[in-house]
Amino acid sequence: MKLTSLLKKLFYFYIDGFKAMTLGKNLWILIIIKLFILFVVIKWIFFPNYLATHFTNDTQRSIYILEQLTKEI
Amino acid sequence: MEHTDLLIDWSRAQFALTALYHWLFVPLTLGLTFIVAIMETIYVRTGDIWWKKTTKFWMGLLAINFAIGLATGIIMEFEFGTNWSNYAWIVGDIFGAPLAIEGLMAFFMESTFFAVMFFGWDKVSKKMHLTSTWLVAIGSNLSALWILIANGWMQHPVGMHFNPDTARNEMENFWEVFFNPNGVSKFLHTVSSGYVLASLFVIAISAWYLLKNRNILFAKRSIIVASSFGLITSLFLLTSGDESAFQVAQEQPMKLAAMEGLYIGEERAGIVAMGLLNTEKVLGDENDVFHFKFEIPNALSFLGYHSLDAFVPGIHDLVYGNKEHHIISVSQKMQKGKKAVEALKHYKTYKKEGNSKKAIEALKVFEANQAYMGYGYLNKPEDAVPNVALTFYSFHTMVGLGTWFLLLFILTLYFSMNNQIAQKKWLLYAGLFTLPMGYIAQEAGWIVAEAGRQPWAIQDLLPVGMAASNVASTSVMITFWLFAVLFTGLLIAEIKIMLKQIKIGPEGAHEHV
Repeated sequence: MKLTSLLKKLFYFYIDGFKAMTLGKNLWILIIIKLFILFVVIKWIFFPNYLATHFTNDTQRSIYILEQLTKEI
Repeated sequence: MEHTDLLIDWSRAQFALTALYHWLFVPLTLGLTFIVAIMETIYVRTGDIWWKKTTKFWMGLLAINFAIGLATGIIMEFEFGTNWSNYAWIVGDIFGAPLAIEGLMAFFMESTFFAVMFFGWDKVSKKMHLTSTWLVAIGSNLSALWILIANGWMQHPVGMHFNPDTARNEMENFWEVFFNPNGVSKFLHTVSSGYVLASLFVIAISAWYLLKNRNILFAKRSIIVASSFGLITSLFLLTSGDESAFQVAQEQPMKLAAMEGLYIGEERAGIVAMGLLNTEKVLGDENDVFHFKFEIPNALSFLGYHSLDAFVPGIHDLVYGNKEHHIISVSQKMQKGKKAVEALKHYKTYKKEGNSKKAIEALKVFEANQAYMGYGYLNKPEDAVPNVALTFYSFHTMVGLGTWFLLLFILTLYFSMNNQIAQKKWLLYAGLFTLPMGYIAQEAGWIVAEAGRQPWAIQDLLPVGMAASNVASTSVMITFWLFAVLFTGLLIAEIKIMLKQIKIGPEGAHEHV
């Protein structure tokens, strides 16, 4: 019962805080747009993890990196 | 695809662009959180409602800077995975722990204490609110600690062991990595530079109000807090800068030589207080290094080695060796580096063939020469020299501006304490126009740290050329411009929103951020 009441208080603390925001509302909109651009557009389209996409496991990745490190000789 | 100079240059340019833009937002947050905490402490102690208003105004600007800067650093992690995959793999085990702690710390801090700081003004007790504000300040700075420990490790790799089977550096001693002198001095110097920038920020905006004859009491009080904080932290910045230079002298002597344009090493070496480099100077030729210079005698020996008579090696000594001072040449290091790379290759082959005796022998050769492994990838000894002009001018810009900031804090504090600040128009204009210089000094500092340690991604172990992925340079070029547009947009947004809030002022500021 006490825990439910505490969680309720916490929930309304955040809800009231967000409702009372003035400048913060615009900042949140900006943050959401920015995070969408960063994680959905930029990360997904332009920044695939090179080793994760080219190899299936860590053993293959190790072999590849060792090849890179020793290919000059 | 093969590594080309073009690909490496674009990958470096992109990383530099994102890092430099990211650093436009971070230092202000690091410093302004403390200034806001100090102001709120005065409010709680005095009960003076003016201080509450003052605190809330600066907290609003902190919120804008925080919101715009949020997650701009994550792009560098994207770049590690795509453009710098060799590097990311090789350092993965070292960076994993600090970056994970940083991420968790940032998340919990931001979702709890930030919320109390912005939402809890009339909902929690004054003391609870003040505690949250201080925890935000401490937590933001601790987030920076982990990143700077990771950076310090790249400048001076310690506490690890290279595993030749996995091609990864594995952490052997967390505390050695954590207390790496390079990382510690970098953290202290970097965060204190953030405190100085935040002080300049508060002084500049307050000076603008005084020049406009607006919010006089608010501006005067803000200047007193910012000048005091700026003065104390400037002195600390000076001390931590001295320690940073000492660390550089021990671990990265080439960087120190480039910072001072010192080609031929000397005892009782002086610091160039002001100088113009001769752009025609090439390593090994007879041209003068400077068109002119003013030097402070013995100061570089003292700065680098804490002795007025110490020998400071120059670029020539470090590249071609100096027997008298037991400095081995880059050629010798290259030979050792090539031995390490060759031994690693043999180790791999013997392991594959199941010849464990020969594999162990190869491993012994590798370990004996591993400290110079990175030199094995250089084409010629001169490749070990960073861009001298860039490093020299960035260093001197940073130091020169830092000295000016110290003087400015002394003047603004003196005239504020004597209640004459509003009449000193020249000082108010100086305070206003010093703000962009604060940002220039910040960026110059990072240029010294990063361009000055070239060609290394990890000092002595991995040059940037070997750290890069085999991706198409055109794709890096496209994303470079994409980021340039995105970050410029964010910067314009920050400036516009901030200017709007500043024009509204503390009296008209919203009750809730």
